[in-house]
Amino acid sequence: MSDKKEEEPRVGVFICHCGSNIGGLIDCEKLAEYAGDLPSVAHSEDNLYTCSETGLTAIKTAIKEHNLNRVVVASCTPRTHEPLFRECISEGGLNPYLFDFVNIRDQCTWVHMKDAEGAYEKAKDLVKMGAAKAAKLEPLEMIKVDINPVGLVIGGGVTGMSAALNLSQQGFKTYLIEKESRLGGRLRSLNRLFPYDIDASEFISSMISKVENASNLEVLTSAKVKNIDGFVGNYEVEIDQQGNLLNIEVGAIIVAVGSSLLDPQGLFNYNGKNVITQFELESLLKEGFKNENIVMIQCAGSRNSERIYCSSVCCMTALKNARYIKEKNPNANVIILFRDLYTPGTEFEKYYRATRELGVLFVKYEEEKLPIVEDKIVRVYNDYIGEEMQIPYDLVVLSTPLVANEDNKELAQLLKVPTETNNFFLEAHVKLRPSDFATDGVYVGGTAKWPVDITESISQGYSAASRASTVLSHSMIEVEGATSNLPEFNKSLCTGCEVCVKVCPFHAIVKNENDEIEIIEALCKGCGVCGATCTNQAIVIRHFTDDQILSEIMAYGGK
Amino acid sequence: MEENDKMTFEPKLLGFLCNWCSYAGADLAGVSRIQYPPNMRVIRVMCSGRVDPKFIIQALELGIDGVYVMGCHPGDCHYLEGNYEAIRKFDMTKKFLETVGLDNRIRLDWVSASEGVRYGEVVTKFVNDIRELGPSPLSGDDYDKQLLQKIRAISLAVSSSRMRSLVGRERKLTEEGNVYGEKYPEDQFEELMDTAIKEEFERHLILVAMEDESKSVKSLAKELDIDPSVVLEHMLVLKKRSQVDFQEIIENTPIFMRL
Repeated sequence: MSDKKEEEPRVGVFICHCGSNIGGLIDCEKLAEYAGDLPSVAHSEDNLYTCSETGLTAIKTAIKEHNLNRVVVASCTPRTHEPLFRECISEGGLNPYLFDFVNIRDQCTWVHMKDAEGAYEKAKDLVKMGAAKAAKLEPLEMIKVDINPVGLVIGGGVTGMSAALNLSQQGFKTYLIEKESRLGGRLRSLNRLFPYDIDASEFISSMISKVENASNLEVLTSAKVKNIDGFVGNYEVEIDQQGNLLNIEVGAIIVAVGSSLLDPQGLFNYNGKNVITQFELESLLKEGFKNENIVMIQCAGSRNSERIYCSSVCCMTALKNARYIKEKNPNANVIILFRDLYTPGTEFEKYYRATRELGVLFVKYEEEKLPIVEDKIVRVYNDYIGEEMQIPYDLVVLSTPLVANEDNKELAQLLKVPTETNNFFLEAHVKLRPSDFATDGVYVGGTAKWPVDITESISQGYSAASRASTVLSHSMIEVEGATSNLPEFNKSLCTGCEVCVKVCPFHAIVKNENDEIEIIEALCKGCGVCGATCTNQAIVIRHFTDDQILSEIMAYGGK
Repeated sequence: MEENDKMTFEPKLLGFLCNWCSYAGADLAGVSRIQYPPNMRVIRVMCSGRVDPKFIIQALELGIDGVYVMGCHPGDCHYLEGNYEAIRKFDMTKKFLETVGLDNRIRLDWVSASEGVRYGEVVTKFVNDIRELGPSPLSGDDYDKQLLQKIRAISLAVSSSRMRSLVGRERKLTEEGNVYGEKYPEDQFEELMDTAIKEEFERHLILVAMEDESKSVKSLAKELDIDPSVVLEHMLVLKKRSQVDFQEIIENTPIFMRL
């Protein structure tokens, strides 16, 4: 790739009609003419679809014919089409970073449909700003990072085991660490599994034996992560196994730490004897169960002001246990007090209907009028009949929510990943990147992220493993080159104040052994906060430099 | 403003949008065909925390009528905490602008990738609010020359290492504490910030006033309407920072020059 840094900028501007999406409102030909007269612009043209094969060829041809060294495309949005055009100019012989995207569709013609003149004026300014920035663009290289093809899964519950099995089956050496002395997690204490009435112990035992027999899967129990250093492909993890410190090197990390149970003390007169939780009921059901009058209370401690979320598994758990009790003893009275029932999909809905048919009763209560558990009866205001009901019981079962582990924050800080307001781990994007963290090479699944059932935990375990394998399957990957940088010629400006070290959310800036500020580019995500903060303005944010942004402002506001 | 002018005045606005939330929200507004006035031009940055105060001041200096900074909602930042840094930087910028009455021309807001409708709403509101406010006194041919000097002083002040160190350390000092774990109370930090803003504004006013010619403390005090003893104190600090130096004595009065 040729280095165009020293050359005079020769910008090519390509105005896309996007069929009629842009061209239907504003005059793209005229806009291209306008662009042609802008400073540093050596060539401009309009295309029906710049992203089409014809459009892309036009760009490549123009690069050669007009000796262009920068390209601006004014069309849709960089969020969808920047990679395509970067690749195109790269094929045309330019560094892919010598490209700027101007958004004249999503943020212009689509939103000013009744103001063609206003839209045209806006498009002109945006093109002018884009060309001004383009003239200042500098070539950048992607940063190459070697990958250590070893996976680490934190948490030996159903999610973690699914992820670890999947990774090891793909051929990656995998470590699975579990803080308890045995694998299995919460599932070990459950009785049956919905919706197919499987024995939980059998299910988990077979999974554990698969894990224990997997060839390249190393299990460390009674072990906790003590420290994590490094970056995607090259993590160094210190593990504390009952006081013994072990160091392992891995390329990707999966967080599958699961969740905890809410402490039920203080909820509905909980006493652990005749007012218990669903989780405690599971053990009773395993051992043998004699109660005849059972009242279950849903949303006990969840979906309230303190814990706003739905724990998602409790409705099905209550149905499962109610059904189990009724099947064993048809004379038992089981009443479920609920606020809303959550049984999505065909299987769960069928399960709910079957539970009703077995004679389980459902009574809806409102959050404002919570049931009151007294010595022998439960009082509940029934909204349908407009009266308070008094239900005698010999066992009250509270459907309490799953809550985030208390030590999540600690692990999150080691991994440099975020947690949300309830302290569950927060993925990079709920829809676009559900198994990823914003930090490359770290993934998440199961109830570490949110309460989910076992089917979903397994899916998420697989999902996290497959995301991890996108890194582990390469010997080397390239990461974004638009990072922050302390250029050699700016080093004398650096006073060593370390404010950049403090504001960097990714701990990518350190003071090295020579007492100099050093930016670890593989860790840098290019947010630019350090550059906007640097007390002596020594740090340069590549691809969004002060110079580039100021030239955009000047192009717009300059008189 | 006269009602008629309000109708004809089209505010010239600039928006800094973070790539992950607000820019995506603006794109969604497009996909959803939400209609809003075309007055605002957008500069895409990766994070609202990238918006250097000097960018905002530069835009105002050029006569742009209003500047909008938008990022991810608190807690949702793609870069974990960049938007919290944006708040601190923005607040400092706003405080500087309060001293010259331009603070109501800048705005910080959060728009997520799913808030296309809201993006249209907040931009429309901004356009209307600035239209109500009228053109920037720094726009047009008969712009306020004295104000321009002041905004240039602010531009230098927000880039000074004192202000940048303060704003860069603010969050850590007030939220997490220093190396000994001692937290600096927010209100005390605010006082510290206010003092620094006042001092740096005046100091940089002095520097701007000395741009074309060397001046005495007395004449600067008169020109800038600041107490001569205060100007002298500032001059000594500026001298220590090697930004000014003593030039000569004319009629018993020392004259300083800008370096």
